[in-house]
Amino acid sequence: MNVKGTVHKYGNDVDTDVIIPARYLNTSSEEELAAHCMEDIDKDFVRTVKKGDIIVAQDNFGCGSSREHAPIAIKASGVSLVIANTFARIFYRNSINIGLPILECPEAVANISDGDVVSCDLSAGVIVNETTGKSFRAEPFPAFIQNIIDAGGLMKSLAQK
Amino acid sequence: MGMTMTQKILAAHAGLDSVKAGQLIMADLDMVLANDITAPVAIKEFEKAGATCVRCKDKISLVMDHFTPNKDIKAACQVKLTREFAQKQGIEHFYDVGQMGIEHALLPEQGLVGAGDCVIGADSHTCTYGALGAFSTGVGSTDMAAGMIGQKCWFKVPAAIRFVLHGKLPRFVTGKDLILHIIGMIGVDGALYRSMEFTGDGVKSLSMDDRFTVCNMAIEAGAKNGIFPVDELTLDYLKGRFKREIRIFEADEDAEYERTVEIDLSSLRPTVAFPHLPENTRTEWEEIPVQQAVIGSCTNGRISDLCQAAEILKGRKVHKNVRCIVIPATQEVYLQAMKEGLLEIFIKAGAIVSTPTCGPCLGGHMGILADGERCVSTTNRNFVGRMGHITSEIYLASPYVAAASAVTGKLSLPEEVI
Repeated sequence: MNVKGTVHKYGNDVDTDVIIPARYLNTSSEEELAAHCMEDIDKDFVRTVKKGDIIVAQDNFGCGSSREHAPIAIKASGVSLVIANTFARIFYRNSINIGLPILECPEAVANISDGDVVSCDLSAGVIVNETTGKSFRAEPFPAFIQNIIDAGGLMKSLAQK
Repeated sequence: MGMTMTQKILAAHAGLDSVKAGQLIMADLDMVLANDITAPVAIKEFEKAGATCVRCKDKISLVMDHFTPNKDIKAACQVKLTREFAQKQGIEHFYDVGQMGIEHALLPEQGLVGAGDCVIGADSHTCTYGALGAFSTGVGSTDMAAGMIGQKCWFKVPAAIRFVLHGKLPRFVTGKDLILHIIGMIGVDGALYRSMEFTGDGVKSLSMDDRFTVCNMAIEAGAKNGIFPVDELTLDYLKGRFKREIRIFEADEDAEYERTVEIDLSSLRPTVAFPHLPENTRTEWEEIPVQQAVIGSCTNGRISDLCQAAEILKGRKVHKNVRCIVIPATQEVYLQAMKEGLLEIFIKAGAIVSTPTCGPCLGGHMGILADGERCVSTTNRNFVGRMGHITSEIYLASPYVAAASAVTGKLSLPEEVI
């Protein structure tokens, strides 16, 4: 699967409380969650994000609460991929389970700026910064994980079987 | 190669003689848990998979604790959905207002988790039960749904960091100070993907409630789980509560640890995590006025936490500029606090006592902060906007420090008031 979009870049330890504040967790509606995505760290995100856009962040992205609402909000806001140096473990698992593509690639993170246009071949793990022309290689997911993401999440992939 | 305590529990639940760090395994689950925020998403996923009935209705706990008593119509609808699911599926351990308490205080208290268990919960602080010698970890709603369907979960076997505790904590220094000290030392991703295994002669000096607090915040260092060895104190706690078989696992002599950290408990001081990360710990500070003090949560809402707060507040008054909110974690804790006269101490001091709820910890209700306000809190996270407005600030501390600060109106050590 190939994705392409404009980058929204963030720093270390972006926690799930800023990705989707708990005051909005009284719903599990994807649209309602997306309407408040990143609100407490970047109030312009919801206004500027376009379908296909990519989030790039540094260490420990998604730390804190286990709320699956966090990757759901990011995915429903149109984001096609999150690239970070490292992910917090529950967020990592949740992203795969709901079908949000994520990649760990410190080299790409160091060479991508906010507003750059980035494309990625998810199955090969090749990330290209279209703005600078540089390309990077991340460890792609094994086929069985990629299948879960392609199906749109773990439960959908189980239902297909 | 020997195994850590966590690895032994995982091997036993995967039906394997041994496992090693990095290995992917499928393990049986003794309990799966969700709350009023994560259960509705899990139920949706359960239905997406085409599932019609849960596998083990006595090994599922649904605890309505986060936005309850229902804070608004949407929260009420989420609880209603979960309640109807529990009724339809015949789920025995469904806890609604009247029986419910904060999940990570409630499950151990009700004997639903115990030594040797393998537990997942759709709540990041599920790691609390490591205090009882269980492997328990937080997951998302989809994993929880899969757990309800198959009563199994896949895990990557974690490597471990060993914390060897020596000596005894000084007066006014608690398990909260110990775990804040550790997070300050290793950082919020210092134990990412790993187990935090606590050991050493200092373990015996820590109360069960201290151990719950320590394991509760393992996730704040990024850990998969925190775990204590099982000793007399653990067995005493489990006696009369835990109905299943107690299974005691011990780390092998030659278990492999990525790192070993030695900690002299007697050298620790009351420790506070400043905004906006639990790793921003300090033991000294300039004058910091506070407008709210919260004493409660899955981290510090147990009876000994309330006793510590009462020790400070007895015969004293909460400062006129401070709202002091005390939240017993469960109905049993509430009742015990009443019998021991703690509630009277709190109310006479000018604090309020709430029914059990996670409420303010995650900015749900019962103590939301306005712009620029500061709160000293015995909870577990001080992220931007966690308890309210994005310019508000949370200072994470022990019940002693929170109560002392409530009295003085500024971040204070217990010695300043006693």
